[in-house]
Amino acid sequence: MKKGTTASIVKYIRPRTFPTPFCAGCGHGILLGAILRAIDELELDFSQMLFVSGIGCAGWIPSPHYNTDTLHVTHGRPVAFATGAKLFNPRLNVVVIGGDGDIASIGGNHLIHAARRNMDITVICANNLIYGMTGGQVTPTTPRGARTQTTPAGNPEPPFDLARLVAAAGATYVARYSVWHVRPLIAAIKKALQRTGFSFIEVLSTCPTQYGRRNENPTPIGMLRALKQNCISMERAKTMRPEELAGKTIIGEFVG
Amino acid sequence: MKGSQWTNLPSVLRPGRYFLQGDEACAEGAIAAGCNYYAGYPITPASEIMEHICRRFAQLPGRVFIQMEDEIGSIASVLGASWAGARAMTATSGPGFSLMLENIGYAIITETPCVVVDVQRAGPGTGQATRPAQGDVMQARWGAHGDYEIIVLSPWSVQEAYDETIRAFNLADRFRVPVILLMDEGVGHLRENMTVPAKTSIYQRWKDLSRPPFGEVEVPPMPAFGEGARLLVTGSTHDAWGYRRTSSPQAQQQLVERLVSKILNHREEIQRTNTHFCEESKLDILLVAYGFTARSALGAVRLAREAGIKAGLLRLTTLWPFPENMVKELGAQASHIIMPEMNRGQMLREVQRVVPHAAGYHRTDGEVITAPEIWTAMQRILRSGKKRALEGKDLFS
Ligand code: SF4
Repeated sequence: MKKGTTASIVKYIRPRTFPTPFCAGCGHGILLGAILRAIDELELDFSQMLFVSGIGCAGWIPSPHYNTDTLHVTHGRPVAFATGAKLFNPRLNVVVIGGDGDIASIGGNHLIHAARRNMDITVICANNLIYGMTGGQVTPTTPRGARTQTTPAGNPEPPFDLARLVAAAGATYVARYSVWHVRPLIAAIKKALQRTGFSFIEVLSTCPTQYGRRNENPTPIGMLRALKQNCISMERAKTMRPEELAGKTIIGEFVG
Repeated sequence: MKGSQWTNLPSVLRPGRYFLQGDEACAEGAIAAGCNYYAGYPITPASEIMEHICRRFAQLPGRVFIQMEDEIGSIASVLGASWAGARAMTATSGPGFSLMLENIGYAIITETPCVVVDVQRAGPGTGQATRPAQGDVMQARWGAHGDYEIIVLSPWSVQEAYDETIRAFNLADRFRVPVILLMDEGVGHLRENMTVPAKTSIYQRWKDLSRPPFGEVEVPPMPAFGEGARLLVTGSTHDAWGYRRTSSPQAQQQLVERLVSKILNHREEIQRTNTHFCEESKLDILLVAYGFTARSALGAVRLAREAGIKAGLLRLTTLWPFPENMVKELGAQASHIIMPEMNRGQMLREVQRVVPHAAGYHRTDGEVITAPEIWTAMQRILRSGKKRALEGKDLFS
């Protein structure tokens, strides 16, 4: 048996599923562990949890790895599937995990309506700014100017600010952290899991393979450092001038 | 099947006679069958099903109703609820049904029982929202991508809207497949008497945590979320325990073959047909019809009988899997076969596959086909002696 923090979460993982399918340096592995650590620290009954995920790299975080009920559904629809499962069996602790393409693009309608209804589920969006599994196309969260397979001259469209979008739609709890900020991320996941109502966490994740490679950040560690540099806490942001905040991402609790 | 069983539940509605609309009868059939999750989105001419369910669920314990943001959300939440243990249903019409098809394909590969009601209207596109048509027959059969078999039932009366909805739920759980109840506007908005029997026979889902939920046997057991089965459900090609096998030719072939054969091996059990005036060993003319059109076809057969013509009607209540043997058998005994349909001959092609001399009689103008016009068509084909004179454009000339 492994020692240290890893040992505590090994019991939540299906025996036949390691190694993960994620590329070296992918942020999704960190998120995979962070969610399990939050569950472990809360001592939740894992057998009463349901993980619903959509299509794409992030859809693989719970399925097949998490050793409890997992539902890996059609592209963009995990929030709607989760709605049915939760409404019919409110005892289930339902968590949706998906990427930005899945949750915010094709699934955008389900996301805002579940937030508006204040459905008692937790949605974790692994935002890597790109479609990873399908080969690196632009998503609704890709920054303006970023190069992708379908925006070779730079993305001309402005991105969604997902945390603010979901907050405006009526969620009970909204937070944004990155896979660099693991401790606050785990704390946020713990809060979201305990909260009744619609909880949303946007997790900035790294995709060196499809995003970093095209955008002057080819190394996994370079991408993590960029997260460290570019993420500004809400408190600090309040003391900064708009020019200083340009190109930065605000992290913290948007609805607490 | 092991571990599963049929039980007789007392009727939810007081047994007796009711004067109901087809859509309402469908909703009551669902309630009688134990439907306890309904998600829908408004669309003509199916909305009455949702409205009726909404009102009735509010009076009954343990039943969950939600109006979702769209049809995709409706079917998705139905499938999520089904895995949480619900007997779940949604209802829509052609345009909404088109939107649901990707998730119906997902239900097929994940073997998720559910009932989807499509009260057809005239299309394509938005078409005529309030006009009858039977244009979704092939969409119901082949609308999702890939290879599969599906069950499609088509009631012709208010009574059958009730009975076949119950049967749809039982077949869905028995075979772990989405079952499509294909009505048409004519039946959905029809009002007539129907009888509610004292008991409803219900098939209980097979639950066995020790066996794999996606293989090993023809129709595997299906435990629900939260029961400790640690279910691994995916729309990707998977093995018996649900592990993805997306590049294994064997896994893909095994899965597809089982999805197909679990239906085809039980055709006799699923296929329901009715014959009217077909007792003679030789018929002058056989009508094959389903849904609302079958009512006019029966009227036409009666007109023909009054005129001394040996006419009969074969009515298809199960459209898919196609009741091939019955059509072949009866078709072989008839000199002429006409299939009236409110489409360009979607089911006719399937009928012609087994009885090539079948002719079609179509209407695509959003009007129901009447008994006198079918009778006229019958006389024309009998006079001409030509077996397939009624096909295609000939009709309108
Ligand atoms: S493509 Fe990107 S998001 Fe997908 S596994 Fe690789 S690094 Fe991770």
